[in-house]
This record gives sequence, structure tokens and C-alpha cells, in this order.
Amino acid sequence: MNTASSPRETTEGSVYTVTGGDWDEVVQSAAKADDERIVVNMGPQHPSTHGVLRLILEIDGETVTEARCGIGYLHTGIEKNLEYRTWTQGTTFVTRMDYLTSFYNETAYCLGVEKLLGITDDVPDRASVIRVLLMELNRLSSHLVCIATGGMELGATTIMIYGFRDREMILDLYELITGLRMNHAYIRPGGLAQDLPPGGVDAVREFVKTMKKNLPEYDKLATGNPIFKARMQDVGHLDLTGCMALGATGPILRSAGLPHDLRKTDPYCGYENYDFEVPTADSCDAYGRFLIRLEEMRQSLRIVEQCLDRLEPGPVMVGDKKIAWPAQLALGPDGLGNSLDHIKKIMGTSMEALIHHFKLVTEGFRVPAGQVYAAVESPKGELGVHVVSDGGTRPFRVHFRDPSFTNLQAMAAMCEGGQVADVIVAVASIDPVMGGVDR
Amino acid sequence: MGLEEKLPSGFLLTTVEQAAGWVRKASVFPATFGLACCAIEMMTTGAGRYDLARFGMEVFRGSPRQADLMIVAGRVSQKMAPVLRQVYDQMPNPKWVISMGVCASSGGMFNNYAIVQGVDHIVPVDIYLPGCPPRPEMLVDAILKLHQKIQTSKLGVNAEEAAREAEEAALKALPTIEMKGLLR
Amino acid sequence: MSDETPNPEKELSEQNLPGQRGEHGEEVRLQRGMFGANNGGDTSGYGGLVRSIRLPGPAARPYGGWFDEVADELEGALEEQGLLPDNAIEKTVVDRGELTFHIEREHLVRVARTLRDDPALRFELCTGVSGVHYPGDKGRELHAVYHLRSLTHGRLIRLEVSAPDHDPRIPSLTDVYPTNDWHERETYDFFGIVFEGHQALTRIMMPDDWQGHPQRKDYPLGGIAVEYKGAQIPAPDQRRSYS
Repeated sequence: MNTASSPRETTEGSVYTVTGGDWDEVVQSAAKADDERIVVNMGPQHPSTHGVLRLILEIDGETVTEARCGIGYLHTGIEKNLEYRTWTQGTTFVTRMDYLTSFYNETAYCLGVEKLLGITDDVPDRASVIRVLLMELNRLSSHLVCIATGGMELGATTIMIYGFRDREMILDLYELITGLRMNHAYIRPGGLAQDLPPGGVDAVREFVKTMKKNLPEYDKLATGNPIFKARMQDVGHLDLTGCMALGATGPILRSAGLPHDLRKTDPYCGYENYDFEVPTADSCDAYGRFLIRLEEMRQSLRIVEQCLDRLEPGPVMVGDKKIAWPAQLALGPDGLGNSLDHIKKIMGTSMEALIHHFKLVTEGFRVPAGQVYAAVESPKGELGVHVVSDGGTRPFRVHFRDPSFTNLQAMAAMCEGGQVADVIVAVASIDPVMGGVDR
Repeated sequence: MGLEEKLPSGFLLTTVEQAAGWVRKASVFPATFGLACCAIEMMTTGAGRYDLARFGMEVFRGSPRQADLMIVAGRVSQKMAPVLRQVYDQMPNPKWVISMGVCASSGGMFNNYAIVQGVDHIVPVDIYLPGCPPRPEMLVDAILKLHQKIQTSKLGVNAEEAAREAEEAALKALPTIEMKGLLR
Repeated sequence: MSDETPNPEKELSEQNLPGQRGEHGEEVRLQRGMFGANNGGDTSGYGGLVRSIRLPGPAARPYGGWFDEVADELEGALEEQGLLPDNAIEKTVVDRGELTFHIEREHLVRVARTLRDDPALRFELCTGVSGVHYPGDKGRELHAVYHLRSLTHGRLIRLEVSAPDHDPRIPSLTDVYPTNDWHERETYDFFGIVFEGHQALTRIMMPDDWQGHPQRKDYPLGGIAVEYKGAQIPAPDQRRSYS
């Protein structure tokens, strides 16, 4: 009878001793021997993974037989930290979750808080329009990073330079409007921290003109490129059933053909008034997602133009002084601080303004007890936030349903059975941002 | 570490120190250790507008065995800390560490159970760079300060003497909690 | 318009009023004093004030909008399966434009499958589990909250299940909604809720050998004091807070 023993290690390598039996059986039992399968650990520190993601792949030759993700290397405890800060201070924490789409984190959180407060209709129109403007610019910058880093992981380093060059223009706009290039704590519960600076609207218009000229470059460089197509077509396949079962939303769901976009189905911040399309693809693969992202960038530019036309002068904070963020910032001789007009007002003329400023900054406003779920359509999918209030000045529990966390579960379904190089492409097409995955 | 470490102190050693310092600073290879938001600013520093290639540093080595600078960019969680130490240990001497951003320097705004409060708990840091995230210009400034440090770093017996003096000065220095004055 | 005197008793009868929020929701916090400061004296003069802050209570029919349709469909579908709706659904809360069903944990999987498969309900997308720890809600401290989205009908509802601290087991929904795989692992990691039937319930965010469940209310924030010249600022959970 055939007995295949486990290999003996000799100076010439592994030696299998098999006695008797058929040649087919010998081959079969050798194939079943464990040491032909290798477990490869990619990451958490690795240039080709999107941040600190650990990919554990069991490889048979070049084919991946099992793929698993190890996450949690960037876990920051943001959700627990929010329970020890006031509602407004929560914006600064929440912004750093998915750090490429910081405005979406802020908006989802503020929409949740505003829903709990019951002031969703009282948020001024100008604030909503500027929120949409910033969110769509953020969609542009996030897709640019996805395409840039995705291209770099495929080996096309030129796309990285192009993507980051365009992203720099958007970061300049952010710096002009919010004061910071990244992690702006600009969208606050009730509205915005401050109004657009003078010259902001013209800068955005200039940018839209330049971006319209730059976007076709990506088409010329990537879309028709046979190497791109060969590497991305039929890679990372996930059909509609798979998407719905795994809860994947965003470009992954839209590449399966379903035009599900929260901006259309469940509009927030006035999205029902804007004219834009939701791109879809039929191919369920990485190439389809890439095309969807390019098209979403063009649609975002359309929305940005409509925002600029829709801007009307007005307040950017809710009128209720018991909630509205009191400070007015301005650049003074010793740096950024409260503007002298505001100080004159609160110290000199209005006692109520002083009290509001003091109480709101030290204690914060109180939110009635209850729970809500608010969701926005971030560039990666459905970003939902479950906010629970206990009637106090601090959140009781804030849980973020991050799209990258859910979409990354689909990685195993996309990669198993494929090749090792396709794992990189599949993960790049999911576009996970580990700050959001691990929070 | 090599012939240059065994030279006796004197004019020859100081000349070799200057030459070695110059060649070491002119081609520092950073290891990719981008963790969070600071990693994105590090990537933009390597991209077109703020160019790291002018310092010879645009090749971010994937393997720590080929790198000499580790820029810890982002918050280091408790799960990531052993990985960070292992990557640092894999780097050959001479090696330097820049802790980029407040999260790497001191834990930043995340003073909680999940984040290591300063990467100097794990690896020795040469340059601390504050900011959340620091602008690319700030990162370039930190790199230039590191270049100066590398240029003026000592070798062999001079290095041992400098280390001894630094340790004695640190032991005699006033601890932070005893200092009086402004909170900064 | 007849000129009989308005009868307040009749106006307030239950058939005439829309569904009201009951005042009998769970107490989530007991606030003492004017500002709820838990570190330092209350100088407002109202230091003896004691207020019970309560979550919104069960709603009475009609709920308003499409909520009634969904509630009726759900109850009908459960009855068809031989499951009495009153046994499965503890209470229904309508608050801030959202519908929440509190479900008994034994029946969670049946209810979720019904919500997913029944053609009039069709809640295909589950956006995950969110755990909440209410230490004041004795006997049902750990809540698991699921949000279900119906793409066919464009609706969003919430399912809430609770489990006591001494027996933190909740059936796993990975058979009905496979997307809950990692979400349930995360909720187990942070709250200690054991999801029975989950094929691989291990820690996902914290290191594998971490002790404790960080996001429970009895787990400290874990920060350290920050040292300045001649002073120390305590960690965020040690400072004075107003809640």
C-alpha cells in the first residue's frame, strides 16, 4: 500500500519516502502535503498596502488559496475618546478617522448631532451649500489619492505625481477656506466654524477651470493604457449578490451595476437640489471601479460649479445662541485668535454674549437624550454614524460605520483563487483607508 | 563598525568625520513607515511640489535593511508597537529616526489606552517634529536639521566621549516637573 | 361648526391623538446639581437638584408615515411563522423620525430573516452592529444596535437587542447578513458581547492578548498625565467634567 511519509530534511533538500502504490496516488499525496502551501504575511508595514494593513495569504505557487486581513494596527480609540469631550470638540477627533475624507466624517457626525438637537432645518442654507462644496472637493481629493496610490502600486509612478499635483491645488483651497490642509475641524454642529474668506469663491472657480483641463490627462495616461487594462480588468470580481451580502457600498456596489448613492436615495444637506449623475459600471471588476471614480470626479466638479452659483450671503451658524459656536477667529499680531470685534462685543457690550461664549466653550451645549443614525455618501461608500446622547454635554456613545471597514471584508472574496499580484490591485480598488477601518 | 571607528582622536579623525558626515547626509534613504494622516503629508513631500528628490531622498525603501532613516509618520497603536521595534531593529547602523507629528512625538491628541504616548518609548528619536499634520515644509525643515546633525555627528572615540558627556549633562539637568515659569 | 363647549376629555382620547412618546423610557443618567459637575462644588445654589434623564419611551400607534406599514408587515409576517409579535418585539420607539424595534435576543435571527426576505419589507443591507453599554439599565446593560436599509423601498429602521452583563450572549446574524462578520468581532472586542453562532469570534482591533473590553463604561480611558514645566495636566477622564 502507499504510505507517504512527511519529508525528511537532508542536505539535498526534502526527501519523501513513498513505498508501493500507484504513481497517481504518489503524486496526489505529495500534492496534499502541507509544506507546498506557503503562508505569506504582507505587512503591516509594506509599501504596497494602503496604510497599516496586514494581509495573510496562503499561497500555492502563484495562486492565493486563502486570504485574510489583519487590522487594528491603527486603532486609536477615537470612539471612546469622544465620550470624554464635548459635542463640538468631537469634530476634531472625528475628522482624523478617515483622514482622506475628513469633511465627510465631520459632516456625518454633525448631521447626527443636529438630528438629535432637532435643528436640521435650522442650519442656514449657506452653511449647507458650503458643506456640499467642501465635501465634493474632498471627493475629488480622495479619488485623486486613490488613483495616484493605486497607480503607484501597479508600478505607474507618473500617475502618483499627477494625482498629488492636482491634490495640492485642492489642499490650497482647503487652507484658504478652513485654515488647514488636512484634518480641518471646520464643520461644527449647527453650521460651520466660520464663513468663506474674501477671494474664496474666485479661488474655487479658478480651480474648477484648471481641473477641467487636467482631468482628461488621467484618461490619456490610464484609461486606454493596455497595461492598466490587462492588470485591472477581471480582477477583484464581486457581483451584486456578493456586494449585498458583504454590505459593500460605494464604487464597489456601483461597479456591480446598482446605482445606489445616498445623495440620491436619502438626500442630506440639500443634495436634492443639485443636478448630477451617479456613474455605474457592469464589469464588477477593478477597472470598472477605476472608471467610476474618474466619472465621479467629473460629476463632483459639476456639483462644485452649482454650489458656487447657489451661494447666497447669510449666516453660517444656526441662529440659536445656546448652540451656535460663539468664537469669531481672525489673524492678529500674535497669531490666530478671537477677532478684536468679538472681544469688544463680549467684554464690552453684551453680557449674554459673554455668558454664551464662556458656557459654550467650557461646558458645551446639552443634547436631549436619544439615539440617531445619520449617513452620508463618502467616496468610499456609506459612512454612517450612530450617536447616542444621555442628555449631557458629552456624547454617550458614538459609533462610526466606516465604509472601508465593511468593504475590506470583501477582500477575501475578491482575492481567493487569483494571483498574488491581483491581491494588490483588488485592495487598491477597494481603496481602504486604515484610519477609518481601525478608528 | 569600520576602519573609521578605530582611528585615534585627532586631526585625521575630525577630517574623516566631516567627510563621512557629508556623504551620509547627502543620500539618506527613508524607510516607509507611514501610518496615518502624517503619511499622506509625507507622500506629498515626496511628490512634485515639495520635492524630496532634491535631497536624494525620494527612494522610500520598502525593505528596512536598505534604509537608514525611519520617519515614524502617524499614531502608533499598541498593536503596532512591536512591529515598529522590529523594523527599527532590522535597520543597519547608522540609523536615525524622525518622529513626525504630535502623535508620534508624544501621543498627540489621543491620550488613551490605544496609542503609545510618544514613539520614544520604543525607539530612540533624533528629531521630534510637531504638527497635526506638519506641513511638508516643516518636514523638509526637520530633514534639513537632521542633515546638520548627521554632518556634525562624531565617530569612534569622539562619539563615545560625546555620549558620555551627554549622559552626565542629562543626569545633572533639572527635571521638567521642577522647572518654574511658563507652561511652555 | 356646532357651538357645544369643547370637551377636553374627548379631545385627549387615544384615538384622536397621534402616537406620543411615553415618558417611561429607560433612565440613562441621574443628574445631580445644576451643571452635573462631578469634580468640584456646585456654586449655583441648585446643588441639591436631582434629575432623571430618560431615553424616549415606547410609542403608541399610529406611528406616522411608513412606520405603521412596516410594523404591520413585520407583525403579520411573524404571526405567519407562528411567532407572536409581542414575544419577539419588546417595544417600538419612534423618535426623531426614526423607527426602532427592541427585539428579544432569542428571536433575533428569525426577525432579521423575516425583515430580509419578506417582499414588503426587503431590508437587504445591514450596515453593521453598534454596541452600547448602559450601566444604569440593570439587567440589560449591553445593547447591540443594527441598522437595516431597504434599497427597494428606500427605508431605514433600527433593531436593538439587549443582554445583561452577567450573560452577554446574543445570537449572531452572520447567517442572515454576512456583512456582520467583522462588525460582531469588533463589538465583541470592545464590549464583550459574545455572538453565538459566529464562526470565528476573536479580537479584531486590540492585540490578541488584550485583557478587558475597552469601550465599556467601566474601562478607564487609560490616558496619562501630561507634564509641563512645574505642572501636570491630568488625563481627560480625570479632569472636571460637566455632563
